[in-house]
Amino acid sequence: MQAAQSVPTPALAGEKGIIQRTLKSAAWLGWQIESNWTDPLIFLIYSVIKPLASASILVVMYSVITGGNFENPVFPYIYLGNAFYIYVAVVLNGVSWCVIEDREQYRMLKYIYIAPVVIPFYLLGRGFAKFAFGSLAVFITVTFGVLFLKVPLDLALVDWPLFFLSLFLGILMLAMMGLTLGSVVLLIVNNVYFVGEAVAGALFLFSGAIFPLDVLPAWLRPIGYAMPITYWLELVRRALIGSVAETFQTLAGFSNGQLIAILVGLTLLFTVIAFITFRYCDHQAREKGYIDRVTNF
Amino acid sequence: MVLKAKVHKNTGLNLFVQTIIGRAYPRVVGLLRERTWFFFDVLLPVISVSAYVFIYRAIQAPDIYIGFVVMGGAMTAFWLNILWAMSSQMYWEKETGNLALYIMAPNSLMAILLGMALGGLFATSQRALVITLAGIFLFGVQIEVSNYLLLFAVFMLTMVALYGLGMMTASLFLLLNREAWHFSNMAQEPIYLASGFYFPIKSFDFWIAASASIIPLTLGLDAMRQLSFPGGPALGFIDVNIELAVLALLSVAFLFGAKWLLGYMERLAIREGRLTDSRR
Repeated sequence: MQAAQSVPTPALAGEKGIIQRTLKSAAWLGWQIESNWTDPLIFLIYSVIKPLASASILVVMYSVITGGNFENPVFPYIYLGNAFYIYVAVVLNGVSWCVIEDREQYRMLKYIYIAPVVIPFYLLGRGFAKFAFGSLAVFITVTFGVLFLKVPLDLALVDWPLFFLSLFLGILMLAMMGLTLGSVVLLIVNNVYFVGEAVAGALFLFSGAIFPLDVLPAWLRPIGYAMPITYWLELVRRALIGSVAETFQTLAGFSNGQLIAILVGLTLLFTVIAFITFRYCDHQAREKGYIDRVTNF
Repeated sequence: MVLKAKVHKNTGLNLFVQTIIGRAYPRVVGLLRERTWFFFDVLLPVISVSAYVFIYRAIQAPDIYIGFVVMGGAMTAFWLNILWAMSSQMYWEKETGNLALYIMAPNSLMAILLGMALGGLFATSQRALVITLAGIFLFGVQIEVSNYLLLFAVFMLTMVALYGLGMMTASLFLLLNREAWHFSNMAQEPIYLASGFYFPIKSFDFWIAASASIIPLTLGLDAMRQLSFPGGPALGFIDVNIELAVLALLSVAFLFGAKWLLGYMERLAIREGRLTDSRR
């Protein structure tokens, strides 16, 4: 009885405009948190340096072995996979990280809970700010590759509708996976920050982000095929560098339409999972008094 | 009555050593009490190492590069320890309210940092060892040490120089607030790149590699690779003995630098009232 009374979300969610307001305020708050710790110039340098260094590690590794043969199709495969994987780290990890930040670092989660917002949308809104920063990093990394490393991306040949559709579906799917993870984080004490990193790391390894799945031992490949990110990255590659993507046989048996259908299905599945998980974890966290818990993460 | 009770108090060198042990203790005990930390600290680098190994396999790199990646991946544990548990530790201590207590207590801040370093070194060495063993087991890396004594000397000097650097940067973090987190975060991938964690540093132009040698792991890692892999010397940056000498110089410079900077920054932080402010 008490627990039922203490959950205001269903009533609030029905209020007109509350979801948009929550998303907007959370995104703005997220933007401020991410960017206002320094002046814009340092922030810009900070935003550029990390993704470029990350991409450069791969570039140097590749160039040491191949003697700088950037025309080989495996290079754009690796480079673009790595660039778009930035979204996985920032969106998936970012949404769950918001729970840690608000609960443990800023100690504001309890106040957010009593504010007139819808919590899952608040978390998604916070994730949107991270998506914006991630987009900047992806743009810079891809531009650097095209300008200096002969990544064969011809703007006239890009399948833009396929690119934007797959990008939209992929980001939505990642946000829902992030919400699922964030919900679980509500119930975990120490090591919460490891959880997001471990999931992102596992996806990095098995989704064929930086090497074709064929390179994995045969017994590990099914894990790669079970990863939703695998299909998303394949679609992004097909949209941007279709001719290069064709040279890899990993998902050659799937047409673009089939891949989109898989992505839509997975996005819907993760949406349902995310909201069910949130509902359960949120209830448990309230029942057990975890909302304002501080563990010195 | 309580005030009149006699308590033995260490002073001078005894207090210095007691402080080191006192600060190292939670680092070592923490490893045993929170075993999931150990699990994740090993798992995450193993995932990264595996990903880089598969990239090398995708581009048909010689096997020695797989060994280089495994060794580099293991050494990331030390760099992460320096960044998050040495340098930015002062920031965390400030956030939790311990920093003011450290300053007020009748002990040396240098001893506290040394304790942190020794405890961190002990805990991180175990992680690095497990990562290396996991790499050897998973990817069949062949290690053939040509000179164990030299390898041990290189490793120890690298650690002294590295933790000296960590103590030096910790003093800078006395002045920082929430930007500390971002600076530490920013110093990961760029250092992995500059120090050649996943490829031989020789791949860079000589002067770029020489500049990157200010980070002790650059030369330490290069020397350890030369001593641990049969084809290592061919891919080495400079002679191991020269690297050893440079590491010895860096160790002395960083330890003295840490002592001087710590004193200076502590005075500055006290004057500017930064020791207890909290801007999250």
